Amino acid sequence: MSNIDQSKIRNFCIVAHIDHGKSTLADRIIEKTGLLTSREMQAQVLDNMELERERGITIKAQTVRIVYRANDGEEYIFNLIDTPGHVDFNYEVSRSLAACDGAILVVDAAQGIEAQTLANVYLALDHDLDVFPVINKIDLPSAEPQRVMDEIEDVIGIEAQDAPLISAKNGIGIEEVLEQIVHKIPAPKGSADNPLQALIFDSLYDSYKGVIVFCRIMEGRVSKGTKIKMMATGASAEVVEVGYFGAGQFIPCDELSAGMVGYITASIKNVKDTAVGDTITDIQNPCSEPLPGYKKVNSMVYCGMYPADGAKYPDLRDALEKLQLNDAALQYEPETSIALGFGFRCGFLGLLHLEIIQERLEREYNLDLVTTAPGVVYKVHKNNGEVIELTNPSNLPDPTEIEYMEEPIVSAEIMVTTEFIGSIMELCQERRGRYLGMEYMEETRAVLRYELPLNEIIYDFFDALKSRSRGYASFDYELKGYEQSELVKLDILINREEVDALSFIVHKDSAYDRGRKMCEKLKDEIPRHLFEIPIQAAVGGKIIARETVKAMRKDVLAKCYGGDITRKKKLLEKQKEGKKRMRQIGNVEIPQKAFMSVLKLDDKK
Amino acid sequence: MSNGLGIYIHIPFCVKKCLYCDFLSAPAKLPVQEEYVKKLLSEIEQESVKYRVYSVDTIFFGGGTPSVLPPEWIVQILKKIQECFFVRNTAEITIEVNPGTVSEQALYMYRNAGINRLSIGLQSFQEKELKYLGRIHTPEQFLDTFSCARKVGFTNINVDIMSALPEQTMSDYRNTVEKVLELRPEHVSAYSLIVEEGTPFYEMQLNLPDEDVDRQMYQYTERILNAYGYERYEISNYAKPGYECRHNVAYWRRLPYVGFGIGAASMVDNVRWKNVDDLECVGEKENIQKLTKEEQMEEFMFLGLRMTKGVSRQEFHEQFQVPIEDIYGKVLSKMEQLELLENGDWIRLTRKGLDVSNYVMSEFLID
Repeated sequence: MSNIDQSKIRNFCIVAHIDHGKSTLADRIIEKTGLLTSREMQAQVLDNMELERERGITIKAQTVRIVYRANDGEEYIFNLIDTPGHVDFNYEVSRSLAACDGAILVVDAAQGIEAQTLANVYLALDHDLDVFPVINKIDLPSAEPQRVMDEIEDVIGIEAQDAPLISAKNGIGIEEVLEQIVHKIPAPKGSADNPLQALIFDSLYDSYKGVIVFCRIMEGRVSKGTKIKMMATGASAEVVEVGYFGAGQFIPCDELSAGMVGYITASIKNVKDTAVGDTITDIQNPCSEPLPGYKKVNSMVYCGMYPADGAKYPDLRDALEKLQLNDAALQYEPETSIALGFGFRCGFLGLLHLEIIQERLEREYNLDLVTTAPGVVYKVHKNNGEVIELTNPSNLPDPTEIEYMEEPIVSAEIMVTTEFIGSIMELCQERRGRYLGMEYMEETRAVLRYELPLNEIIYDFFDALKSRSRGYASFDYELKGYEQSELVKLDILINREEVDALSFIVHKDSAYDRGRKMCEKLKDEIPRHLFEIPIQAAVGGKIIARETVKAMRKDVLAKCYGGDITRKKKLLEKQKEGKKRMRQIGNVEIPQKAFMSVLKLDDKK
Repeated sequence: MSNGLGIYIHIPFCVKKCLYCDFLSAPAKLPVQEEYVKKLLSEIEQESVKYRVYSVDTIFFGGGTPSVLPPEWIVQILKKIQECFFVRNTAEITIEVNPGTVSEQALYMYRNAGINRLSIGLQSFQEKELKYLGRIHTPEQFLDTFSCARKVGFTNINVDIMSALPEQTMSDYRNTVEKVLELRPEHVSAYSLIVEEGTPFYEMQLNLPDEDVDRQMYQYTERILNAYGYERYEISNYAKPGYECRHNVAYWRRLPYVGFGIGAASMVDNVRWKNVDDLECVGEKENIQKLTKEEQMEEFMFLGLRMTKGVSRQEFHEQFQVPIEDIYGKVLSKMEQLELLENGDWIRLTRKGLDVSNYVMSEFLID
């Protein structure tokens, strides 16, 4: 396989807005090129995590090599690099794009261009990729392919009139896509005779092979025995195996050379040594400088994760360790909560990343978790000049020691149909947004630009956005920087005891509202006890809201009929079992789900 | 004297299912009922051979509404029991009846056959409440049934009443209780409505009395019944001295009993089982379960505590050969501290404990 003609290689990816059919198209391309028979095809071959299939989203970048015999009679090697679609994984997307020479833009024939379509296309154009559009879902009754083609030309400015009109779901128009890949995507540049320069665009941990690095060879060649070095992390190793990607399997080969996409194993034990975006070079014949664009990824969102059953703490630690081997963006460190016991403060790229990790822990590792309210990283400037990066509200220094605090701000683009502009602007206003401007894309649609504090969008912003636009608004953001802000710590007291796991940082103007909602929610979640339980919200020791869980006055099973004792016992068992899933705070038993329910404080409407 | 035994006979038929009812019961045509009685008779006969060493102390016809059966069939079933078992001549023999399903003639036949206790499902004296519950009778029909029962010689009568009904006010309930007390029944069962999943009530938007009214009704019940000379001997049951329902007390004291008919539960020699609840399989058993020592101790506590007298420390020790403190010391002192239990030679629920008995009882389940 080492004698591949570089001019016959096409490295590309597919970019799209969520749900526009990216993964389905990938499946069809793989199917058409005969890599798998359709019987072997499971929908969405590239999304191989159970969770990815279920949610219909791509979390990890996946790659596959396929062979295509084109109409010109030649065989071409396609390396299809599937990219994560969600804004949380933007950096991964950008690194995957850097490994490609071109991109297929999939646009839904009914919905047209969405915010993520734009974001992803601009990202692709930034990487100098040649982009050609494909209009998908043309078999939908609401499809308007001509309107969408015009829209692509108007808004993005790329040629769209000869875009293949396809239905990935029903296999219509796929051959045309394959031909256009050959003709519209350029062959890779670079020379196998230059020093090795390879871009890491993903890695995963395999318990037999160690870390498997996914890379695109830009210059030079690499084979078994090459001594390599990661230029940013400085880690070095000797290559054990190189190969390329079959569908769902690794196929070893002798050598990877310039223009090729493949994997390298080198008995590396830690995914952290192989950071996405880093450049691999040959120690004996190094390249002069690394490829551009490497960035250390920082967690944007933090929360505490605790085992529901305290005895499972070691299991949680092992599970996080294993997950991190696969997902270098996950960060964690041990912490202790008075309310929840031993657990971990975990850092994530965004809320979706958090949810995914949480679900994977629960499913793949069978753990029952209690998660605290997610927060962002605040910068606390103390009077003595010290600056603390605060990830856990409980660690906030005494207010008298604080000079000022800063919070992260994002710039957001919200695409919305004109009828909802008013309600979306209102939402952004409520979330302390700063209006930057608005552009009409066409008569009925506009892009709103706002600066928003990150802590206002990590709660339920996305849900609120969808509900206020009947699902039509789409949203994209990137971190802009830090700004000074008047923040306070909101504490919750249950039966006059502060519950550390429920504290969070909030802007002073939202404190009252948030506190009141928290108390209301907790009142519904905490079962009645034999005594009255006050639930209070406090800022700096001052109570700002209060609710009361009334004392339980009756808990009787009246009728016990015909001697059916088993049924009665089951009821008592259920009652007792319920109590076990509670956390004891003072003499109040709080259900686990109370800790989680406060994450979703319903937005009005 | 040989061991006592309770016998429960389940009659799974009624005229019309009440909207709150989650018991095993449904209307059925006469031939279906006849077929059922035949199977029941043969079940009683077959099973009886296992109970030669027992003498029957209580018999209870429950349902459903046993009185929907033609009275001669009830008599036939009772005769069969008397034929196959040794029934003590002091035995308590109860039948549940619903006003509107039972004639003076039927009551006379019951009495004549040896039934000596009647349990009448009144539930309420308010016409609108009876309608709301989906009951088939009027208050007048109840009065009629009650006086006929006295006339034919029933001297041990229970009346079932319910509180916390939809739309019920305190004065409605008071009226029901007062009218019942005018009749001087020997026994009153006073339940508060529990809306069970799977019943029509569960699906309906009910205007139930708020908690304060519910509490008032509950406290009023005990106060007035005490004043009239009834003792609250169990969470929901009140009796004139000597008229406690022996059949039910036997359940709480874990004495042996055997149930016949579909869905009926049994416990003999610390083995519990249930009959299959399918008319096609009368007499088939399921969920046969030998109780472990721990399970027996749990039951001893949570069943015994239903009785206001409570459970005896000494009896626990004798039955299980271990002091109760060794098993339940922690729970007992916690419950005592919360003023939910009196912890003396007899362990019993306090007034406060009676109100939250489920909470207390669940504490006695062993992990």
